[in-house]
Amino acid sequence: MANTPEDLSYTKDHEWVRAKGDQATVGITDHAQHQLGDVVYVELPKVGDKFEAGDPFGSVESVKAVSEVYMPLSGSVTEVNESLNDSPEQVNEDPYGEGWMIRIKIDNPAQVDALLTSIEYEDYIKEEAAE
Amino acid sequence: MRYIPNSPGERRSMLSDIGLERIEELFDQIPEQLKLKEAIGIGEPMSEPELLEYFRSLASENRIDYQSFLGAGAYSHFIPVIIDSLISRAEFFTAYTPYQPELSQGTLQYTFEFQTMICQLTGMEVANASLYDGSTAVAEAVLMANRVTRRSRVIIADTVHPQYREVVSAYTKNLGLTIDVIEHGESGNFDPTTMGIDRETAAVVVQSPNFFGCVEDLEAIADAAHEAGALLVVAVTEPMSLGVLKPPGACGADIVAGETQSFGIPLSYGGPYCGLFATLDKHVRQMPGRLVGEARDSEGRRGYVLTLSTREQHIRREKATSNICTNQGLFALMATVYLSTMGRQGVQEVARQNLHKAHYAASEISKIPGFDLRFSAPFFNEFVLRTPRPATEVIDGLLDKKIIGGISLERYFPGMSDGLLVCVTETVKKDAIDKLVSALA
Repeated sequence: MANTPEDLSYTKDHEWVRAKGDQATVGITDHAQHQLGDVVYVELPKVGDKFEAGDPFGSVESVKAVSEVYMPLSGSVTEVNESLNDSPEQVNEDPYGEGWMIRIKIDNPAQVDALLTSIEYEDYIKEEAAE
Repeated sequence: MRYIPNSPGERRSMLSDIGLERIEELFDQIPEQLKLKEAIGIGEPMSEPELLEYFRSLASENRIDYQSFLGAGAYSHFIPVIIDSLISRAEFFTAYTPYQPELSQGTLQYTFEFQTMICQLTGMEVANASLYDGSTAVAEAVLMANRVTRRSRVIIADTVHPQYREVVSAYTKNLGLTIDVIEHGESGNFDPTTMGIDRETAAVVVQSPNFFGCVEDLEAIADAAHEAGALLVVAVTEPMSLGVLKPPGACGADIVAGETQSFGIPLSYGGPYCGLFATLDKHVRQMPGRLVGEARDSEGRRGYVLTLSTREQHIRREKATSNICTNQGLFALMATVYLSTMGRQGVQEVARQNLHKAHYAASEISKIPGFDLRFSAPFFNEFVLRTPRPATEVIDGLLDKKIIGGISLERYFPGMSDGLLVCVTETVKKDAIDKLVSALA
């Protein structure tokens, strides 16, 4: 069973968000990294890039496929996890910690409330699996 | 590839399946004024003997007894006969390059060897399985520099082959890139201090030897580009020069893009040729084109497979690094056979002969009153003469003596009507050079 920490928010595209005020850290979930398999490359945006919620901000390449990663909230990138260039496997090993992808400044902190809770996300994964 | 004919009855049945009566209805989307209303004017059908006769008479109009000094992106080098015999083998001689590793180890292996030799020649870390030709390779390099740097300004030297520059413009026209063409300096070289490289510049594109034959100071240009965070793209139209010149990779090039025609590919009046594309490992995921890698099979034996395919259209769809995924497999094979046949020493020897013959020609012609070298920069096998009368007149005069003396630069550089671009390769004998000199005198 995938790990879904209770203190995070989630999207149906399998990103997680750790929000505090107008700042948030974003990555992909433990469930997503399981589905992708060994991650070999992570393509990230550059600091200063602005995205709307739902825009792709980068991509994750595993030995199986390439998948886009989507912006959970509208905002601008304040930091990217450069260490993923050399060690993309951190996305597999520690998706909620060392495997984080970007830090963003959120345009509208109220958007955070619309994200899924850990329980809602777990239910969503189960629904997806049942389909 | 099989030709599959179908009968009128079969066509009717296919049309009725999709609810149409006439084949022309398939083209209803095309505006009426764009449609050809009459038959194409290619004459009546011919029998096989008539057809052979027709082509023989066309071929007899070819002038093969002229001595050519044409270069400018297409170079006359000796082509060993082994190339034709090897590429004609049925396993290779296919219209479509097969990539399935389980049945195409031969194709994949020579492609891997092609990539390896391109890396050795250019001094780069990774090369792809080839692109269409030199011009499209340079255009792809510009697009790649834009992806790597996420900047949108491109500085291109006016001494990059004018037709290459046209292709770059066509490729980038609707992509929001700014292409700034910068004029060459007095010596014929590109002066890095006057290029105006800024923090918006994705790439500086130069050709070496450039369109005038001048060898560029790549290290200085690389330093200037890198200082501003831009990539240096080096275009190569005459890869034989790499037999004597320091490889662009050793001078700081980030991408080398160019043409391999010089390596065993016939001139064929301008194509088809075969593009080369090489870059640094750190940029490999932004590289366009097929890439073959060495792998091990389940029993640990060496084998070859397409690698890093996630960059490509069949996996990545519209987000692929390039949506032109065709390469020039058969022409890359020609280049591979050429380079294998000549070897390191052979290529160096051919390059030295080009260098010496071209310099002999340049120095002899410079002794003729009224003729001198237009540029002072070092050159390989091509150089620009300043002519005492318009270059087109000089060219016409030489044609009467069965010499194709070069091209007039006026065609590409208005105002340079006294510029004659002359190329001398290893195929030109000393007495042919002497004949050119006496014809000019």
